[in-house]
Amino acid sequence: MTEEIQEFWRWSEKNWRAPGLDWRDASVVTAGIDVGSVSSQAVILADGVVFAYHSTRTGSNSPDSAKKALGGATEGTGMTLDDVHYVVGTGYGRVNVPFANRAITEIACHARGANSMIGPTVRTILDMGGQDCKVIRCDEKGKVQNFIMNDKCAAGTGRGMEVIADALGVPIEDIGSRSFDIDDEPPPVSNVCTVFAKSEATALLKAGWSINRVLASYCAAMAERVAGLIDRLGMEPEFFITGGIAKNAGVVRRIERLVGVKAVPLPDDTDLDPQIAGALGAALFAHALYRKEQRAAAAAG
Amino acid sequence: MIANYGYRDGSGEYYVTIDTDLCIECEGRWCVEACPERLFEIARDDYDDEVATIVASARKLLKERCSGCKPAGGYGSLPCTTACEFGAISHSW
Repeated sequence: MTEEIQEFWRWSEKNWRAPGLDWRDASVVTAGIDVGSVSSQAVILADGVVFAYHSTRTGSNSPDSAKKALGGATEGTGMTLDDVHYVVGTGYGRVNVPFANRAITEIACHARGANSMIGPTVRTILDMGGQDCKVIRCDEKGKVQNFIMNDKCAAGTGRGMEVIADALGVPIEDIGSRSFDIDDEPPPVSNVCTVFAKSEATALLKAGWSINRVLASYCAAMAERVAGLIDRLGMEPEFFITGGIAKNAGVVRRIERLVGVKAVPLPDDTDLDPQIAGALGAALFAHALYRKEQRAAAAAG
Repeated sequence: MIANYGYRDGSGEYYVTIDTDLCIECEGRWCVEACPERLFEIARDDYDDEVATIVASARKLLKERCSGCKPAGGYGSLPCTTACEFGAISHSW
């Protein structure tokens, strides 16, 4: 008899394609590949418009993760790598995207992606990634002006949330809503270290806390840590959150409470996902760089 | 962009900060020549602009590499910040 092991940390991988858009009608096809420490995304643009994207788990090998992300986005479209005119790699594994024409930092890509998703009013971007967290200040064009990154440790990041999901046996996508199903807001657990937080969470359960109360306490700890980072850089509205944790309302609402500013939501009519902001920014960079190369080639005759 | 190169350790923060938006205006690239340790180089940033950066091999050694230009080294002002006519360079210590 085999026992099935439940993976509570496992988040849904996502695949999206623009309805009614055929990449073959486009004169320029570009791709952005964001190989993060926990998740990898690929975004494909057809003439600068989002044609498809795919979000998947990063494996132990960055080149394979990049191929998997791009393969997911192109699956069933008839598109091959040869059809993509320019590829920009970004994220933790950006230098290991074998088919990338160029690597650009995820800081610049998240700012550009957020600017494209929300518009020129975005000034402060919080990128809550798998193993780090960054606060980015940008101008109206999405160009980075300043940024700050968390210190070492996965506390306050997506990986920390995965660890807690597994420790408490709660599917990661339910954590946000369940963290509000409490009578009163508990004090936060340790926000210095994921291992300490996990051990503290287990001790609180043994002390009689409900799972939802422990989840609230962990979300509060994560929000407190991130809010400290925002305070150091300074908050300038509008404020947008990218990365996987942006989909966890338990953390997002608590950050908003601490910094006193509501995060701008994605427009209702979009199918974009805050987790693809980095890859979208990379794809936009790829589009601009390819056009620039074409102009230079034309000028050179 | 405000680019911070350096680190923090038990003895303090050691960052050289370069405001690359100011850097773009510069044609002289005086910082590259002014630094006796040759810590500055010109590179293309994410936006394809040519800006000053700190050479990668020196980023974790700034406390030691810059020490010769601090007051104890006999300098009244830092050669890099003095050479930068746009005021794009600053030190955190």
